[in-house]
Amino acid sequence: MGEYKIRPYIMTDISEITTFEHDVIIVGAGGAGLRAAIESCHQGLSTGVVCKSLLGKAHTVMAEGGMAAAMGNVDARDNWKIHFRDTMRGGKFLNNWRMAERHAKEAPDRVRELEEWGAVFDRTLSGLISQRNFGGHRYPRLAHVGDRTGLELIRTLQDYAIHQGMKCYMECTALDLLKDGERVSGLVGYFRETGRFVIFKAKAVVFATGGAGKAWQVTSNSWEYTGDGYGMAYEAGADLMDMEFTQFHPTGMVWPPSVRGILVTEGVRGDGGILLNNKGERFMFGYIPPKFAAETADTVEEANRWLAGDKSARRPPELLTRDVVARAINAEVKGGRGSPHGGVFLDIASRVPADVIKKKLPSMYHQFKELAELDITKEPMEVGPTCHYFMGGIRVDPDSQMSTIPGLFACGECSGGMHGANRLGGNSLSDLIVFGRLAGLGAKEYVRSLKNSPRINESQVFSIIKRATSILNREKGTNPYLVHEDLQKVMQDNVGIMRQEEEMKKALIELERIKESVSQVKAEGTSQYNAAWHKALDLRNLLISAEAVTRGALMRQESRGGHARLDYEGERDEWLAYNVVSRKGSDGKMVVEKIKRPEPPEELKKIAYAKIEDLEIGKI
Amino acid sequence: MTVRAILVIARLNGRIQDSPLQKIMKRNFKIWRGDKNGGQFVDYRTNIEPGMVVLDVLHRIQAESAGDLACRWNCKAGKCGSCSMEINGKPRLSCMTRMNSFKEDETITLQPLKTFPIMRDLVTDVSWNYRQKEKIVPFRPKPRDADGNYRMTRDDVERIQEFRKCIECYLCQDVCHVLRDQGGKDQFVGPRFMIYLASLEMHPLDTADRIPAIRKEYGSGFCNITKCCTEVCPEHINITDNGIIPLKERVVDRYFDPVMWVKRKIFGV
Repeated sequence: MGEYKIRPYIMTDISEITTFEHDVIIVGAGGAGLRAAIESCHQGLSTGVVCKSLLGKAHTVMAEGGMAAAMGNVDARDNWKIHFRDTMRGGKFLNNWRMAERHAKEAPDRVRELEEWGAVFDRTLSGLISQRNFGGHRYPRLAHVGDRTGLELIRTLQDYAIHQGMKCYMECTALDLLKDGERVSGLVGYFRETGRFVIFKAKAVVFATGGAGKAWQVTSNSWEYTGDGYGMAYEAGADLMDMEFTQFHPTGMVWPPSVRGILVTEGVRGDGGILLNNKGERFMFGYIPPKFAAETADTVEEANRWLAGDKSARRPPELLTRDVVARAINAEVKGGRGSPHGGVFLDIASRVPADVIKKKLPSMYHQFKELAELDITKEPMEVGPTCHYFMGGIRVDPDSQMSTIPGLFACGECSGGMHGANRLGGNSLSDLIVFGRLAGLGAKEYVRSLKNSPRINESQVFSIIKRATSILNREKGTNPYLVHEDLQKVMQDNVGIMRQEEEMKKALIELERIKESVSQVKAEGTSQYNAAWHKALDLRNLLISAEAVTRGALMRQESRGGHARLDYEGERDEWLAYNVVSRKGSDGKMVVEKIKRPEPPEELKKIAYAKIEDLEIGKI
Repeated sequence: MTVRAILVIARLNGRIQDSPLQKIMKRNFKIWRGDKNGGQFVDYRTNIEPGMVVLDVLHRIQAESAGDLACRWNCKAGKCGSCSMEINGKPRLSCMTRMNSFKEDETITLQPLKTFPIMRDLVTDVSWNYRQKEKIVPFRPKPRDADGNYRMTRDDVERIQEFRKCIECYLCQDVCHVLRDQGGKDQFVGPRFMIYLASLEMHPLDTADRIPAIRKEYGSGFCNITKCCTEVCPEHINITDNGIIPLKERVVDRYFDPVMWVKRKIFGV
């Protein structure tokens, strides 16, 4: 077993490192990254895509329910204004107005474009793209493929993109950005297979790196979700915004322990599933917020009529926005009315015939059957909240998607603004394709405007590589797996669904301690496909993300959307005027500040606060 | 709330308490460690807790005793197709293989996919598959209807949606005799890409003709319908019956139907 002796990685000469040069480098190959790559290719730019996994395996495959676009195929009353209004209300009006507007307006075209690239959506009887109901959406709006819409999205983009001229660097992890003065000049990464470092020289870099759910114990996110984009952008001096808004999806699996956190699609509720506590009570009727009371059914009878297709009935309370449902479940469990494994019951078996469940929710049927030995057509599922999505992220211009660093762009989950304080289900997949495209266009504008090519600074390259190799080279140190578990526990215990000052202050002290452990982390073995080394390298980014969430959450003294404080209940109007932004200070420590939001355009304000009837009849 | 649901919940409350999933026990594993220069099986022993799948075991072994153990994974929910390996000799997804599917005293052997070159430990170089897909003529849609929409019937859509469930785990490629034992990688694209071809050829909007290539470059004749691919598919796609055989039939209709043959000789189509 000679191969397993420690063989330190020693860098001697920069000429040993391969350099690839492109106009645009895209980091991440999920929905947003691939859509950005396609656009960049269409704009005639040389495009490279760097992805941590194999192409087509990104976290986008986990998206189940669908992508929201006001096409009006199922209910002709739908239009972009109502989608925009739903999005703003779901986001508790903290969304970037311009982003929410562009998203609602452009999503239908992006969905149709996918069809032209080969996507095969479920159909209406007349043969059009079918649309399903989802939490917070007024009308059936989610274009979908059973409950595996994310897979369809990524496969469509992947199969199309490979013929558009992009170069894909698979199983390659980005370490840090390179800068030429203020602007971006590329990045350094390493190939996972060999551990060899690589320089990507580029005029523009697009981050499509997703969120950082892996900082929590119970999460629906895959291993890749370590906040790489947040960490790298932060280190390079970019602003992170709204990081306190973390979405806990109300329905993750809770049993058995090894699958805790895996997502149970909102489609179960959209298709008629109901939530019950251990007394068999349909408890969501007790948690309808006043703001949504006018549009939510208050009796079982009315909720049933809505499900049967009665257009005059109001929506069942199970389809309230995710933040509301997650907190309700949390309260039921804390109140001693939870299921045996600390969740609540999600029942579709007694509501929908078995063959319909299998047809509409095949992956869910499969998932519970194989992972929990439970037949969802016969028994209720046990579900509970799971860390699912970052509303916040890299602060970008709403049109170009450029961050505060010239040449650095961000789209998808790793960018902030679009979803405000809470994202509606289905708005994520449409976000990817709308803003992925805009980031590609933004990169083109920027690259065209450059007078000269940015240069690579060798000393930056060396310091990035030194940070990475020191993990292998040091004699002894902390175990990366245990450090990660430590971090997850701190965040789960102190910065979860319900937050309070004391716990978050404690979390910050703990995070300082973990920072020390991370600086001493040691991976045994060589640089060749070494899981411990990969994990150790991800820790810095996770830690930056966790700190930004905690500091943001501590500063925002109110409860809004995905950020709920026990010590500051309810939305406070004065906080609606601000975003919380974090960035690296000149002393290397994280600086957090409130920044004033721009005033929304009058017309958009009118739409967002309009009565639904006025929008339906086209009065506004 | 129906009476039935109450009864079910009551039963569930009781049943889970004494579920056999609760037992914790030590189990033995043999895991192949090495790289393209060679390697060997190494023994590991670790605790198994309720509900664990093989991938959980690998994570535990990484954290406890083999930090640098290489294995691929992503979603851990059977949706991404990354964690393919051979478990007790069978190609499977490690995230969907439950520990309680083995006998209590059984040693579990984990090794990389045999059909593809080894990178390290349980990770193989599957790039050959990506090259096959690039070879295939992509989707070429007909124009939209006058109102800017495409229309497809539910039946047409359902037929190809079965193939589009594929998560590209390449277990079917691993088990395919042509690729695994007969060195046929230059001649046959394998079951995964046969159903990819089927999803394109049966797509109601597609206009490209891939039948000549299916016969020649993609090698449909090499499949001798042993259905091993269908058996290992974690998405339960009927690869052989619904995908490969209909494509073979299309090839036969085009090239071996005597009427079509005469027509082609005369009209050159």
